[in-house]
Amino acid sequence: MTTVLRAEAPPVGAEPDRRAPGRPTGVDRIFAEVSRGIGGLVLLIVGGIGLFLAIQAFPTLKHYGFSFLTETQWEPEQDKVGIGSVLVGTVSVALTALVIAFPLALLTALFINEYAPAKLRPTLTSAVDLMAAVPSILYGLWGFFLLEPQASKVALWLHQHLGWIPIFKVDSDPHAAVWDQSRYIGSAFIAGIVVAMMVLPMACAVMREVFSQTPQGEREAALALGATKWGMIRSVVLPFGRGGIIGGTMLGFGRAMGETIAVLLIVSPAFDLKPRVLEIGTNTISALIAGRFGEASPSQLKALLTAGFVLFLITLVINTLAAVVVSRSRSGSGTDI
Amino acid sequence: MSLPVNEKYIGETHLRLELPLDNDVVQAPVATSSLTMNDRAVLLGSWLSGLALAWIVNERLMPWSGAIAFLLSWFVLGLLVLTLTSALTTSKVSVVDRVMASVVYAGALIVGAALVSVVLYIFIKGSHGLPHFNMWFDDMKGVGPRDPLDKGGVMHAVVGTLIEIAIAVCITIPLGIGTAVYMTEIGGKFAVVVRTVVEAMTALPSIVAGLFIYTVLLIELGFHRNGFAASLALSVMMLPIIARAADVVLRVVPSGLREASLALGSSRWKTVWHVVLPTARPGLATAVILGVARGIGETSPVLLTSGAATFLVTNPTGGVMNSLPLFIFSTVRSGEPLYVDRAFAAASILLILVLVLFVSARLLARPPRTRARRTPFRSKESV
Repeated sequence: MTTVLRAEAPPVGAEPDRRAPGRPTGVDRIFAEVSRGIGGLVLLIVGGIGLFLAIQAFPTLKHYGFSFLTETQWEPEQDKVGIGSVLVGTVSVALTALVIAFPLALLTALFINEYAPAKLRPTLTSAVDLMAAVPSILYGLWGFFLLEPQASKVALWLHQHLGWIPIFKVDSDPHAAVWDQSRYIGSAFIAGIVVAMMVLPMACAVMREVFSQTPQGEREAALALGATKWGMIRSVVLPFGRGGIIGGTMLGFGRAMGETIAVLLIVSPAFDLKPRVLEIGTNTISALIAGRFGEASPSQLKALLTAGFVLFLITLVINTLAAVVVSRSRSGSGTDI
Repeated sequence: MSLPVNEKYIGETHLRLELPLDNDVVQAPVATSSLTMNDRAVLLGSWLSGLALAWIVNERLMPWSGAIAFLLSWFVLGLLVLTLTSALTTSKVSVVDRVMASVVYAGALIVGAALVSVVLYIFIKGSHGLPHFNMWFDDMKGVGPRDPLDKGGVMHAVVGTLIEIAIAVCITIPLGIGTAVYMTEIGGKFAVVVRTVVEAMTALPSIVAGLFIYTVLLIELGFHRNGFAASLALSVMMLPIIARAADVVLRVVPSGLREASLALGSSRWKTVWHVVLPTARPGLATAVILGVARGIGETSPVLLTSGAATFLVTNPTGGVMNSLPLFIFSTVRSGEPLYVDRAFAAASILLILVLVLFVSARLLARPPRTRARRTPFRSKESV
């Protein structure tokens, strides 16, 4: 969703401190204090959640130690609790989503910016933004009813022809006369396709924005030197937008890690530590929380909160890195005010 | 997380201040060569022969079948033919150019087709239930899984969604915009802390926001599941998003406007109320509406906190409530064919709600032309 605001006067040079000097008096003082109060309240609420999660997570992490991250089973009755397998599941769903979403987002961004007629651009941008606004449960329905039967055939084909790659292995006979479709559904692969639909518009919006900032002079220089359109894109637009490409993809990755409901609808929960993305059965941290919170005892709830905290930390790190990458790149800093 | 002042990413919301270029004439893109008749013929011919080859491969030679296999082989074969025919007449550089153009078009086409298929599929499947008048104006009280579609409806879910989102909006708008005003207009070291924490919390997965409210409100404080808890969960999720979006919008209000107002003798409060906020109004409205659209479709916080009533509940603190995403999720999970039809009817209504919000956000972001002339600040859709 992009809104561009255009100011009339471009400030020149570095921004000086233009804040009015002196302490506020009278009404202004009330205004300053009240808004500081609101800011403090929001800090308290928002920061409180982070702090609460950290405090709740601490005893669990202390109790299970490092094995909380490596243990694959989730059996609180036997005091065996760990997010090893769901962490692998989360990453494999998110990576599948990225592998699908990254090229498509890049191509779509290039299409909107470079190939589509200028008149169509606002409409196409809106369409991509609309894609981001469609609720995830609807993508879940689409994936569950329409996509899964089709995608399981693709999974079978991948297994038949690329089955020698470990991640494409499925525990069934690929050349059976009647193929066992039930082995190919509810997998990280299918969940990944659906999550890709949610990640794609986000990554595409960032990439498109960065591509659109490519200096017109450099484009024309490339064309004047005899470059074809693709030659110009490869030598000017893509290098200029590298930060945006990486940053947008990482932002998408962060979103993909936290996606819950579409994944919950599609995957069949399993606690095996396996990177075989085509095979039935996987689980993600968020789907684990959504599936297990109801029957959880207080200590289990703490364990779930810890899992949520770990997920939050991973997302936070990815988002922060993405923001840094985007702002450090030439496209991110070139138009600073 | 330090992005330049004019550029911020807020979830999917991306706002940017675009500076006017010093010479628009120089910067206007120059039209480059268009396709010649020969190019067009090569393109058309290649893709047609690719289609024919794909038909031969799929229907006569290979044991594959299905739409995906057909489209994929059409794409690969078409590219192959295009490469060969271009290579006959032009240089390698030009061949690469043509092939990549086709790849870009194909990528965009796939994405477009996916979006269209999602929207159409929801509406087509929803068309079983939507024409029934009772689907819109009845609840599921006493309706069994085998009752036909002319009994029961999803009004309780629609009303629940609207109540929950209304409460969430009442909480998040004053807090979110207030925080943004504090961060941009007052500033200082504490504001930097607030901004850092708010930006960090936009990374909070929605399920964790729901789990937080579930643990604190329902387990530790012993409340029962109700619509208000769901609103709080949605607020927790939406607050950082709206605060950050509003912050970006307020930051791009030119300092000159503020200084002019202060120089004319108005107080800071009057400056904010009469200059900064009105200038940023379209952007703020967009930020809020897009945040609401996000919140309305979010299932996971609601799943943990609201419970699922089958009847109309209008009191948010009066016990379990239902909402559209939750209704869709739970009915689909039941697996009953008629329930699935109901779920798709509810999904269509949810999609209509989101579309209405989305379109109104777009319209608000584009103020009427008469106003654009008076304010030195106009917002428009990016190109």
